[in-house]
Amino acid sequence: MKEGMTYQEKRAIVSIITSILIFAGYSFYVFQLNQEESFSRINELSFWGAFILILIPVSIVARIIVYILFSIIYHVATREQLPSKSDERDKLIELKASRRSHIVFGIAFLLAMVTQVMDMPPYAMFVVMVVGGLLSEIVDHVSQFYFYRRGF
Amino acid sequence: MGKSSITTTIRTLRFHHDEMTQQQLADKVGVSRQTIVAIEKGKYSPSLELAFRIAHVFDTPLNEVFTYQPET
Repeated sequence: MKEGMTYQEKRAIVSIITSILIFAGYSFYVFQLNQEESFSRINELSFWGAFILILIPVSIVARIIVYILFSIIYHVATREQLPSKSDERDKLIELKASRRSHIVFGIAFLLAMVTQVMDMPPYAMFVVMVVGGLLSEIVDHVSQFYFYRRGF
Repeated sequence: MGKSSITTTIRTLRFHHDEMTQQQLADKVGVSRQTIVAIEKGKYSPSLELAFRIAHVFDTPLNEVFTYQPET
């Protein structure tokens, strides 16, 4: 009999959706609400520095809020005791997932350097790096989902 | 990693210990219930320490809880 999804599997799915929504929402905010200013500063290093520096705390705070809400909703819906700490299997899965994630980000970093070798504008490098960061995060969560679904 | 070549009698041992639940065993050895599920299904091979802790809960020698079957 196929078992339903576990807490960890659902958490991985929530993480994937959260990552995409935070990134899309933040990018939309920066590029649409300040449209003229954003596009005139797109080649300034300070613009991209601020973009990434603000994205990090926004992402952390949003993620914490989403996880708290998810845990409350999950507990209320299932009456299941939530794992208080990660065990050895959780840690191994996290390690395997983060290894894949690092590989993806490493490739993105190299591609970002290639854009500069090919004399592309500075924003191309930052776009590749920021998108690479998002992709590496998604790969991390997708890998976690995959390993939890498979058992290990 | 699919099914491992390590088989376990945890399900039977739980049954013989007053139908101990997976959650109860998980709490005794300090892992999540999902990890016990994965071990019982042969999807995850526990660390040596965890294997010993499980054997200790059932007061059974390790080789009666886990059996290694070399692939032919």
